Amino acid sequence: MSKPYWTKENFPLNPVIRNPGGSLAFKTGAWRMLKPVIDHNKCTKCGICATFCPDIAISKSENGFFQINLDYCKGCGICANECPVKAIQMVREMEEYVKQKVNFGK
Amino acid sequence: MSNRKLISGNKAVAEGVRLSEVNVVSAYPITPQTSIVEYISEYVANGILHAQFVQAESEFGAMSVCIGASSVGARVFTATCSQGLALMHELNYVAAGLRLPIVMAVTNRQLSQPFGMWCDHSDAMGERDSGWLQIYVESCQEALDTVIQAFKIAENKEVLLPIMVCLDGFVLSHTSEVVDVPELQTVKEFLPPYKPDPSYHTLIDVNAPMAAGGGCPPAYTMEFDYKKFEAQEKAKEVIKKVDEEFASLFGRRYGLVEAYRCEDAEIILAAMGTMVSTAKEVVDRLREDKGWPVGVLKIRSYRPFPKNEVLKAASKAKVLAVVNRAISYGIGTPLFSDIAASMCNASQKPILLNFVAGMGGRDVTPKNIMTIFEKAKKTTETGVVESEIEWIGLNRALLGD
Repeated sequence: MSKPYWTKENFPLNPVIRNPGGSLAFKTGAWRMLKPVIDHNKCTKCGICATFCPDIAISKSENGFFQINLDYCKGCGICANECPVKAIQMVREMEEYVKQKVNFGK
Repeated sequence: MSNRKLISGNKAVAEGVRLSEVNVVSAYPITPQTSIVEYISEYVANGILHAQFVQAESEFGAMSVCIGASSVGARVFTATCSQGLALMHELNYVAAGLRLPIVMAVTNRQLSQPFGMWCDHSDAMGERDSGWLQIYVESCQEALDTVIQAFKIAENKEVLLPIMVCLDGFVLSHTSEVVDVPELQTVKEFLPPYKPDPSYHTLIDVNAPMAAGGGCPPAYTMEFDYKKFEAQEKAKEVIKKVDEEFASLFGRRYGLVEAYRCEDAEIILAAMGTMVSTAKEVVDRLREDKGWPVGVLKIRSYRPFPKNEVLKAASKAKVLAVVNRAISYGIGTPLFSDIAASMCNASQKPILLNFVAGMGGRDVTPKNIMTIFEKAKKTTETGVVESEIEWIGLNRALLGD
């Protein structure tokens, strides 16, 4: 669960954080310009993407494939760069959205 | 019992640090500060002061050590000036933001270029908005007393901000005066050992983990700024209270400001540091020889700035002459700006005159002070401000004027 760094009950004098986990409140996914998309046909489930993700935003799912938590993924592209089989593409969010939802009368 | 000794301003500061029983001292040598930490390192080496002395690789390093040591609950002291203080600049904001009650002596010295080792207030003025408290002292005795008071002020729960004790480089740091050195036991009564409270101090403890120095999003930053501002405001009362308590034990008090012969004064000179002593002498002479109604307003606490005390002391005067040992390029002088800001909404206020004097170690002589009073007297008669800013002791011939 995400919680704020500080509330009026515990607002300190100095910007120190005594309760761990507060950074979950900050959905850094809003910073993203490009979104990683994993092609499961190419993915070998090696997990290198999760190892390299600087935001720990990639985790293994039940079926063995890796999933990206878009609440926190900043779109840095390191996963796509490190993937040995080039299974991750960085795509513009709106293009993806347009392709899926709008479909331009196709 | 006390002990009267002939000691320099720097030795007086070192004695104040010894009597405050600090735990950690970290510094890097710089003229004219060096002898402060040399004396302290001797105390530590000789077992007179049980503290850790850390010679850092730079002032940036020294303040970093101070921040670390204060964060684990130590009473911390450092000293620097000039380029050293400028090199610390970034860390000074960290110390204030983490609300660490570090005490630093600043032997005020000019900033390069032109390079020089001599006195003016440019260095400390560069730190005036950092959140640190700043007290400017006038004598060796006041330097010693203020160091002891400084720990008590900074460690007060209402304040919890670092504090600079500013003494004029060479003019005070290397001048010897007879100083009453208090007994350790009496100082201990006034200033008990530092006992930080983990509920509000930045106190690193393996049993109660915390993150310090991390990123703070815009949703919270202004609130921390507000708390620092509030603490500076509250510090005014704390400085007065600590000063009274000090007076009850040691018989000496200094206040936020000192209004010397200001009650009936039509002309008041406002200044900081050692030139106040010179001005007091001139005031006595002018009152006795010429019967001029003159006084001196010593600004002792510069941050927090004692607006009400300045108004109370000077609002009824006809002219307030502000003399600065620092320049704010493009506008005038810092002390003048602050005094003008303090008075801008007052219904009764004097005409303000702005003077620059004593830059880069140029002496501020009784004759210079006399010139300032003469100019101020002319303004009381004519009501005219002849110059927005007057440069006292400026060699105009050298400039080809």
